[in-house]
Amino acid sequence: MYTQALDTHGKEAAAAADPHGPAGRFQARIDAEEKIEPKDWMPETYRQTLIRQISQHAHSEIVGMLPEGNWITRAPSLKRKAVLIAKVQDEGGHGMYLYSAAETLGITRAEMLEQLLTGAAKYSSIFNYPTLSWADVGAIGWLVDGAAIMNQIPICRCSYGPYARAMVRICKEESFHQRQGFEIMLMLAQGSHAQRVMAQDALNRWWWPSLMMFGPSDADSKHTAQSMRWKIKRFTNDELRQKFIDITVPQAHYLGLTIPDEALRWDEATQHYQIGPIDWNEFHTVLRGNGPCNRERLEARRAAHEAGRWVREAAAAHAAKERARAAQAA
Amino acid sequence: MSEDWPLFEVFIRSRSGLEHKHVGSLHATDARMAIEHARDVYTRRQEGVSIWVVRSVDIVASDPEEADALFEPARDKVYRHPTFYAIPEEVKNL
Repeated sequence: MYTQALDTHGKEAAAAADPHGPAGRFQARIDAEEKIEPKDWMPETYRQTLIRQISQHAHSEIVGMLPEGNWITRAPSLKRKAVLIAKVQDEGGHGMYLYSAAETLGITRAEMLEQLLTGAAKYSSIFNYPTLSWADVGAIGWLVDGAAIMNQIPICRCSYGPYARAMVRICKEESFHQRQGFEIMLMLAQGSHAQRVMAQDALNRWWWPSLMMFGPSDADSKHTAQSMRWKIKRFTNDELRQKFIDITVPQAHYLGLTIPDEALRWDEATQHYQIGPIDWNEFHTVLRGNGPCNRERLEARRAAHEAGRWVREAAAAHAAKERARAAQAA
Repeated sequence: MSEDWPLFEVFIRSRSGLEHKHVGSLHATDARMAIEHARDVYTRRQEGVSIWVVRSVDIVASDPEEADALFEPARDKVYRHPTFYAIPEEVKNL
């Protein structure tokens, strides 16, 4: 669900290539909208860019289970609990599709897992914010999944086949996530005074972090140009962010909630909503590991990994025993 | 770093009458676990009525470098398609 254009580090873009060399032929295939498959020749920087992006995306799905998982036992009804379990299970599944796609590029699952657990890998900054009330579950579905869908739909046409195919599957499943979130917000917005306050509070806390999910503004985004040439990316961070703002502001109005931005206004000339300045210091602080929940999230992942160790070991021992038995019987 | 479990490719028959189609891959200790995981990962919305799993190392694939040698010879054999033949309008049932 949650890709984020982190764009904060990485290698220089590949140098302009000889059109008849392998890099030139590769770019010609991309320009012709051909898909690249795992065993095809590809520039090393293309491979590394995709490994970084797909694994970060996978980690985001896995860590993304934590903030919502926090509310499974406290969901207000059996229906909401069943829905939330299904959603969190989907996020786990999305992580699995994406890890598999990344593995086709030559990195192992164990390496990616290690990068996540040691804190070497990045994941979407949005999951380092806490879920303080039930309304946060609604706000996450509506805003966070909404922003993720906006980011992900163009990746369904990504030049790398396995990533594009995983994304088609993910986008199909994602739509219910956003709708169930909006429905929660709608119920609260139409509810008691206390419920409306809760919904507004959730919007206040999730609005700006959701806008940051699209990554740094285009002027500061180092990889955008190369990623667009390679058709890994189809739109810039700012283009996607603007699309999200334009569709989401009217939804907030429908709910009778106020977007926490005093500078927000409709611009007749451009036919877009104009927002106030984004606090990029906050974005970089969270990305560097100093958001409200960074440590808690990683500790929860590590604890889950350790707690599951005996199950993994038992499964491997059982499989080895079965193989030995089969060999003896043969 | 721990070793990964073997990789399996997963094929799903979406309903009876249709062929199994490749949907992705996953890790499992053995084939039985691969089927159980495939059920959870790839059929949460009734996407299938049957699952095949096969160890990825057991798949033999053609080499992309040989794609031209393998597939190019079919390109100029348009006479293998029915539209290659001109038949008068008034002749029916051909």
